[in-house]
Order: sequence, then C-alpha cells, then structure tokens
Amino acid sequence: MRTTFKIWRGDANGGAFHEYTTDIAEGMVVLDAVHDIQRTQAPDLACRWNCKAGKCGSCSAEVNGMPKLMCMTRLSELPLEKAITIEPMKAFSTLKDLVTDVSWNFRVKKKIRPFKPRPPDAADGTWRMQQEDIDRVQEFRKCIECFLCQDVCHVLRDHQMHERFIGPRFLIHVAALEMHPLDTENRIEELRDKQGIGYCNITKCCTKVCPESIQITDNGIIPLKERVVDDFYDPFGWIWRWMKRKSDSATEARNP
Amino acid sequence: MAEGGIAAALANVDERDNWKVHFADTMRGGQYVNQWRMAELHAKEAPDRVRELEAWGAVFDRTKDGRILQRHFGGHKYPRLAHVGDRTGLEMIRTLQDHGVHQGIDVFMEHTILSLLKVGDRVVGAFGYERERGRFKIFRAKAVVLATGGIGRAYKITSNSWEYTGDGHALAYDAGAELIDMEFVQFHPTGMVWPPSVMGILVTEGVRGEGGILTNKQGRRFMFDAIPENYRAQTADNEEEGWRYCQGSKDARRPPELLTRDHVSRCIVREIKEGRGSPHGGVYLDISWIKQKLPNAAEHIKRKLPSMYHQFKQLADIDITEQPMEVGPTTHYIMGGVHVDPDTQMSRVPGLFAAGECAAGINGANRLGGNSLSDLLVFGKRAGEFAAKFAKENSLGNIVASQAEQIESVAREALAPFDRHDGENPYQVQKDLQDTMQDLVGIVRNEGEMRQALGNIDDLKKRGERAAVTGNREYNPGWHTTIDLKNLLTVSEAITRAALERNESRGAQFRDDYPDKAEQFAKVNTMIAKAADGSMQVRLEPLPEMPEYLKQVIEESR
Repeated sequence: MRTTFKIWRGDANGGAFHEYTTDIAEGMVVLDAVHDIQRTQAPDLACRWNCKAGKCGSCSAEVNGMPKLMCMTRLSELPLEKAITIEPMKAFSTLKDLVTDVSWNFRVKKKIRPFKPRPPDAADGTWRMQQEDIDRVQEFRKCIECFLCQDVCHVLRDHQMHERFIGPRFLIHVAALEMHPLDTENRIEELRDKQGIGYCNITKCCTKVCPESIQITDNGIIPLKERVVDDFYDPFGWIWRWMKRKSDSATEARNP
Repeated sequence: MAEGGIAAALANVDERDNWKVHFADTMRGGQYVNQWRMAELHAKEAPDRVRELEAWGAVFDRTKDGRILQRHFGGHKYPRLAHVGDRTGLEMIRTLQDHGVHQGIDVFMEHTILSLLKVGDRVVGAFGYERERGRFKIFRAKAVVLATGGIGRAYKITSNSWEYTGDGHALAYDAGAELIDMEFVQFHPTGMVWPPSVMGILVTEGVRGEGGILTNKQGRRFMFDAIPENYRAQTADNEEEGWRYCQGSKDARRPPELLTRDHVSRCIVREIKEGRGSPHGGVYLDISWIKQKLPNAAEHIKRKLPSMYHQFKQLADIDITEQPMEVGPTTHYIMGGVHVDPDTQMSRVPGLFAAGECAAGINGANRLGGNSLSDLLVFGKRAGEFAAKFAKENSLGNIVASQAEQIESVAREALAPFDRHDGENPYQVQKDLQDTMQDLVGIVRNEGEMRQALGNIDDLKKRGERAAVTGNREYNPGWHTTIDLKNLLTVSEAITRAALERNESRGAQFRDDYPDKAEQFAKVNTMIAKAADGSMQVRLEPLPEMPEYLKQVIEESR
C-alpha cells in the first residue's frame, strides 16, 4: 500500500516538511518507513535509532503531533488515508532533520547527587534488600531515557525553563535514588531550590507518553513533592531541623 | 540489547556453584578452543564485578533472603545469571552511566574513529569525525581501548543495532593487530521472525530459563531428539525433570532447551528444513504452557519477562502469556575478535587494548548466554587498568609528518563519496553484502559457497569504492554508511577466510562438507593478520598449553 509521509527536514536555522511516498507492508512501524525512505529516496535524512525494540530510547520523534518512539509505533495504528507527519521533538533544539540536541539532559544528570550507599550489611561487602522494597525503584529504573516526557512537559516545551526545572525524567531519577533502600544521601533541599519540583503542576502529560508505562506522576513526582512539604513546610519538621542544626553545630564546636 | 543477565558464580541460589564450575562450563561451551587464562580470570572475577555494580547503584532482582537473585541459562550448570527482569543490559548501562558522569570523564558522543594513529609500532592516538557537524578530529592518546562490540550488521537477520559494523575489529586489523576465532559467529536460536520488519529482534534465552519450551508444528518438543554426547549426563531425559530444574530442584538436570546456543540453533534449522517449522519459517517458543504448572502464571511471566511481553504484544499482536511465539535463529554475537594478552587485554600493537565483544579468546567456539556481560565487566576493568598503567609509563607520542600524511589520506578517502556522482548507493551495497553473508557464510557453511562469498566480497569492495553520497557532512547517515561499509567488508572477509581454514564443525561453525569435529583443529585458533602487501593472511596458531590444575578442574566436572 502506497503511503505518504511528511517529514520535517532542516536544522537549527529552520526547515520545512518534505513529502515522500513509500510502500508499506504488514507489521511495519514508523521507523521502517523512515528507513525505506532513507535507503531509496533521501540518503542523508538524519534520524537516531539503535535497538528497534523500544529499549534504547533513541528514535523519539513526534508522529502526527504525538511524542512517540518511532520503532514502537505501528503504521496500522495510524490513519493512513492522510499523510503521516514526522517531526523532531520540540522541547530541544534541532541538530538536523529528526535529530535533536539532547545534551542538556546529560548536563542535568551531572548535577544530581550520586548514589551513596550505606555500609555493607554483610562481612563480604554485600547488602540485603527485600524484593518488595525495590519494586518501586525498579519501576523507575525501567526508564530508557527517550526524553519523551521532557518533550511533552509544558514547563520545558512551552516555557523553556530548562535552567530552573529538571523535568520529569530527572524527577524520576531523583525518586529512584531517594527511594533506593541503600541510599543515604538527601536531595530534598536541592529538589526544591535548584531542581524546581514546584513548577510541576501534575498534569500527568509525562505519564501518558512514557513508553515504559512508568507512573511518573503518581509514583514518583507526587511522593517527592510530599517529602519536600514534610521537610520544609511542616512546622514540627522545621523545629526538629532547627534543633538538629543547633546540636550539630554544638557537636562540631566540641569536636572541631 | 542484552536482556538475560550477567553470569557470575555468586552461589546465591545454589551453594554448589563456584568459579571452577563456571570455568568448566565456559570451556565446555567453547569446545575447549578458548584461551584458558581468560576463561579462568573471567570465572574468578565476575562475582566481584557484579557486586561492584550493586555498590554503584544497580538494583538486581532479589532472593527471598535479600541477596542477588540468579536464573538458569543455557550451558550453565547452576542458576548463575544476576538479572533485572529481562532488561539487565539497560540496568548495566544506566548504572555505569550514572556512576560515570560523576567521575570527571570526558565523553565524546556520536564520534566515529576512522583510523588509529601510530608512531613506529605503538598507537599514539586516533583520527575520526564527529557526526553532528561532520568535522574531523585528532585524538592524541597514550593508550587506546577498543570497546566497539560486534559485527552483526554484516548479516541480513541480526539482533544487533546499526552500529555493529566491526569498527574495532577493522581498526585493529589495519593497525597491525591480529584477529582470532573469526569463523565463530553466534546465531542466537531465538529471534523474532514475524512480522518481517521485526525479523531478528532478540527473544531472550531467559524465556527458556523460566521454563519456555521449543516445539515444532506437530507440537513435538524436538530438543529431546538430539542431545549431544558431551552434555548427555547433564541433560534431563524427560519433560518433568526439565520443569523441576527450571523451578530450582537441585536433583534435576537441565531441559534440552537450555543446551548451548550453537546446538539449539542447528536443531531449529533442522526442523525448519525438514518441513516441521511454523507458518512464518520459524519454530514455536512457548512460555504460556506454564499455566498448567503455576497459579498466576500470566502475572509471573509479566514480572519475569516484562520486555518480552511488551515487545510481542506491541510489535506482533501476540500475548505471550496466552500464545506461543514464533522464533528462529538470528546473528547475535561474534566470538572472534582482537587477539589480546589475557591478563592485560593489550593487543600485539603496544598501547592498543580491546575489551568485550571486539576482543576474543574467552568464548572459544561458542559463547554461553550471560558470559558476555560478565566478560565485558571483567575485561573492561582489566583493559582500563592496564591501559592506565601503560599510559603512566609512556609519554604522549608526537604526531609527526608521516602521520600528517596518513591523516590526510584517510580524510581524502572518507570525503571522496561526496565528489562522485551517479555512484553506487551505499545502502544497497550494504544490503547486498548482508545477503551474501546470510546466504553463503551463515549457520550451515561449505567451501563452494564460501569461495563464492569471497568473490562477492571482492566485487562489493569495488562497488564500495564507487559509493556516492548526497547532502552535506552534518549528521549524514548515507555518508556514515560508506564508512561502515569498509569495516563490514573487512570483517566479512575475515569471517569467511577463517571459516574456510577450519575444515571441521565445532561450536558455532558448522560445515556440511566437514560435519564432524577433527582432531587437528582441536587445539588451534585461526589467526588473521594484514600482510605487508595489504592482503589478508590466515594461519593456524596452537593454543597455549593449559596448566595441570585447570585440566583437573575440567576433569572433575565431566
């Protein structure tokens, strides 16, 4: 069956949709069509891809306006009587065609305090954890860093607040660290002050587009927001912290 | 992406496991042409590397007493694979990335190396280009570690991503290193076969580790029909025993589905060839049958094999908790690669190291599932340590006039496709190479077909030299394909020449003109090097003699 695709082509300076027509067969996904077009009509058409099985998170794009992994979007799910549009993610600047500059994400990760485990539980240097205590963390660690959640988050996409808000992907990263049974670091203050968790107003757009079905908002962001509230806005917590600071500084004064 | 797990004799699930059993399993799986020293180091050091990942934040599935859980896999006597559902590779990538970003490492993403730079014998850097802008770059380095993975893209049906084009193999070969064991290409028994667009995508061996069975169109569990002699004592002789094994029963032996990959792939090919395959040219892999044995089987499957559930549901409209999958062999891994010193991972070119799939020696004629992740952890660490040591002991080499010439000529060659008009389409040349390798140097090989393949490869080289590209240098996949092609052609020739040299069937190499093992090949590796005139030379190199204590370990495990 002949099908028409409108693929955005250009770079940071601008671009336009180009129309291509190609044959499609049973079972094909959007990425297959892009590859066919690349192989036969547009050899320099740029797109990222890797595993072709929804595991590497490379081929994120907007298909008919929806943030998708091209390798997991079956053509049979789309209305084929109209041209299918494919364009790069909009929350990031475009390098070329469907390839965007996602390097901001890696810079954000660098700023998040790393995993800091408690001392090992056993003499051989190993730890003990129960499966039910890590189920939630494993859910978050399913993230394939496709950045579709970042793409759809209005704080980043519409308001371009990349300098003040780390976005759903990294809130989930912080949640995975904070809920890791072995971790001893505290990231709550930074979450409020530098990472902008307050900007999220839980519209759940991120959860809807997650190809790994991670419950980003309900299981990750909301519990983190609760921790921030407990730590900073609960009067008992405030008094406790104030007393702790006093006793810490007293200890320090005794043991300089 | 790697799914099943990391093989390491932690003995968390079965206390009888230890490095000796892992060593013996690895050697048996490799048909004893492995480099014994690598297999020994690997078996001894893998548990520490897994524990290191946990200390860096990896969250493995747990045993009831809270330790790292281990699962069964083909060719491993005891449950040995530390895993996270069926996304272990992702967990490793993420753990190493999250740890690595805080180590002050400079990362150059989406860069491709075109050539290694040498002063005299020694490697002093690399010349490459950044994809984003298409600009060339020179990296000066006291030591270089290759970790470029495999060659799967030389074949039509593969589980590998587009990047598996043998870059490290070809770079090392061109720089004067030797390649060994290149004839041993692993065809994983279970890739997806339908729909066509997903053909080759991996179906983890974990499916069989969790109790999945292989059947033909008559519903027969054909794996019971041909159990190799050297595994007979270790293999279940009835279905009930096989199931008990997957459930952790210590007096049961493994079901034949968990025999080594080379053997399982050949059995599947036999079923298909003899007309007992599934409608789309595969066989059936069924995990849904365990509902006869387990309450909540569907939930269990979704928990242990979430990616497989998702993959089949989304790409093939198959619910694996209810229906069997259709599967067939897919090019998955190459046992062969850069010949390295087992302890330091340095090649015969000073300053050039290799680790993981692009290095060779640990796996022999066939790799056991789970041994690649442990291999890359163990020897990645070693390569890094010894490369750092080498770098400390050596000064930065000077790029001199002769390198400037080399760099210029590599750059000219790389850019030439832009100047050609009406040249060959690089994608088409690549596809034709994949057809050649799939059809003529695949699972079943013979001399006539492989001679034909060498002829084709020669023609494809000439076509590759006429490849033309359009557009500019910025992020241009067509241009990149012309660069990949050169490496793919080098490794394809190496595979074919090595396979022609080994006139026997052993492990992953099956020759229908030499269907049996031959004594004269039992203690040799094929070794490939570039001759002074630029031609590819193959010779047989005797294996290093195994020390007595290791011979004894193998003897005890028979």
